[in-house]
Amino acid sequence: MKRYTWRTGVLEAVMIAAALAFAFPVYVLLVQALRPKEVTGASPLSPPAAPTLDNFAEAWQQASLGPAIVNSTLVTVVSVVLLVVFSSLAAYPIARSTRGWSRAVFALFMLGLLLPFQLALIPLYQTMRDLGLLGNPVALIIYYTGLQMPFSVFLYTGFLRSLDRGYEEAAMMDGAGPVRTFFNVVLPLLRPITGTVVILNVIFVWNDFLTPLLYLSGSGSQTIPVALFGFVGQYVSQWPLVFAGLIIGSVPVLTVYFAMQKRVIQGFAGGLKG
Amino acid sequence: METAMAPQAQSATPAGSKSPPPPAPAGRARSHRTAVPWWFVLPALAFFAFAVLVPSARGAVYSFTDWDGLARSFSFVGLEQYRALFADENARDALVHTLLIAFAVTIVQNAVGLLLALGVNSRIKSRNVLRVFFFAPAVITPVVTAYLWKYLYSPEGAVNAAFEALGLGFLAQNWLGDSDIALWSVVAVIVWQFAGYSMVIFLAGLQSIPKEIYEASDMDGAGPVRRFWHIVRPMLAPAFTINLMLSLVGGLKLFDQVWVMTQGGPGGATDTLSTVIYREAFQFNAFAYSTAMAVVLTLFVIVLSGVQYGYLGRQEKRNS
Repeated sequence: MKRYTWRTGVLEAVMIAAALAFAFPVYVLLVQALRPKEVTGASPLSPPAAPTLDNFAEAWQQASLGPAIVNSTLVTVVSVVLLVVFSSLAAYPIARSTRGWSRAVFALFMLGLLLPFQLALIPLYQTMRDLGLLGNPVALIIYYTGLQMPFSVFLYTGFLRSLDRGYEEAAMMDGAGPVRTFFNVVLPLLRPITGTVVILNVIFVWNDFLTPLLYLSGSGSQTIPVALFGFVGQYVSQWPLVFAGLIIGSVPVLTVYFAMQKRVIQGFAGGLKG
Repeated sequence: METAMAPQAQSATPAGSKSPPPPAPAGRARSHRTAVPWWFVLPALAFFAFAVLVPSARGAVYSFTDWDGLARSFSFVGLEQYRALFADENARDALVHTLLIAFAVTIVQNAVGLLLALGVNSRIKSRNVLRVFFFAPAVITPVVTAYLWKYLYSPEGAVNAAFEALGLGFLAQNWLGDSDIALWSVVAVIVWQFAGYSMVIFLAGLQSIPKEIYEASDMDGAGPVRRFWHIVRPMLAPAFTINLMLSLVGGLKLFDQVWVMTQGGPGGATDTLSTVIYREAFQFNAFAYSTAMAVVLTLFVIVLSGVQYGYLGRQEKRNS
């Protein structure tokens, strides 16, 4: 292999400069959030003379971020568990059967990959309203489980098609029924792709904005993006307070990302190879 | 335990009892025994139908009515909503903006993503840290990044301050308030947030290229540019396909960032199909008109991604 030459050094300098440019918005975010609210007219670039954490305490209170984090966690965890169980269960016969119905069901799911959610947005809103589910996190859980099903089925089907059938056949030979074979033998073998399905869906559900805005705004069970949207609407131009709220709202997802960045990046890169 | 499960296994494969020739070839006997019950697809299908298929079909039907979202009854008006849509200058502008955003994001995001991927795929020492770093914006909630940029872009915000600090004060703009540049300011935010996503996919493609190929091209004396064009680029074709599809469809559907930063303003300069759909439906109760617009968006997504996919598929074949 080649060594570290002066050209590599130049490249390294260029890449670090690019990284600093990428990080510039985050620097501004931190500087503003740490600035005492009373200080006005300071340059947006200079670090505050007397940094304070007061903004964080106030934003936490005013934006009711505590309940929002609980709601976001509830909606995300339940939706993703339902997605993993039902999409892997559906992908199993789709991947194993070559009959017409199996191909038709797969094609139906793939159609779902193309339909933009805007088309279903308004009629589904009306259905949820008629069912009395507006303001209820259950509406969001049903929505995400259905919306993300095609992509999850797609990932599981691709993985199952390349998976060796030896184990499941052995289990069947031993007299295990299909349900037990699936949960005890097949599902554990799907672990690598389950990681991808979990990561992509957790990030999507956690960050989604428009549908929770429609279903939950004004209710006591807002998710983080909706809570932040309402909070900023109330405190426009009080940027230090707003930015403290934005930072608190981003901490959960960023913590997960930095704690398991290798898995997350692999999930994004690998899941889409299908 | 095993014996208790046995009857279930038998009842689940009724085909096996119909024609079980004892000396059957191994392959066929096996396929009978491993038949997976079709009803496994039902729960997934139920959620999918309830949340996507049925409401999408209803949306398509409503687009031919005069329904306002509240009234119990409505009548069919044929193509009236579509006619109104194409006569509406705001709607036509929104369509053009949607296409401009989608194309600009697709090109710039992938160009930046590819350069970043080539950079972190080199021998530089900071490559692992930088990769984590460049990807980080992609996991942050779009509402958060949009508010952050709304501040950065404000006339006395950080972007203008940075230009002044660098002695480039003449570049200062009212980034989101000037209708000539607001659309491109929005595109820049999307590129900033998702270039790392494209990078990660290109990087996976680059790392799947065998080292021997690089070494062989070194022996041939190919320079870095020629090596990229003739050897690396064709092998990245699958990564190009995924990236271009993702950014095109994502660009066409874009809503969160636009709504938070500009709500379609100033004066409709950043209105996209998504923002107009939202406003018409939930602020003006023009539900039928709004669903007609959603149908138009759907057609654009299907046709454009179909054309792009067909083209990229042919490229991949030619390269392999």
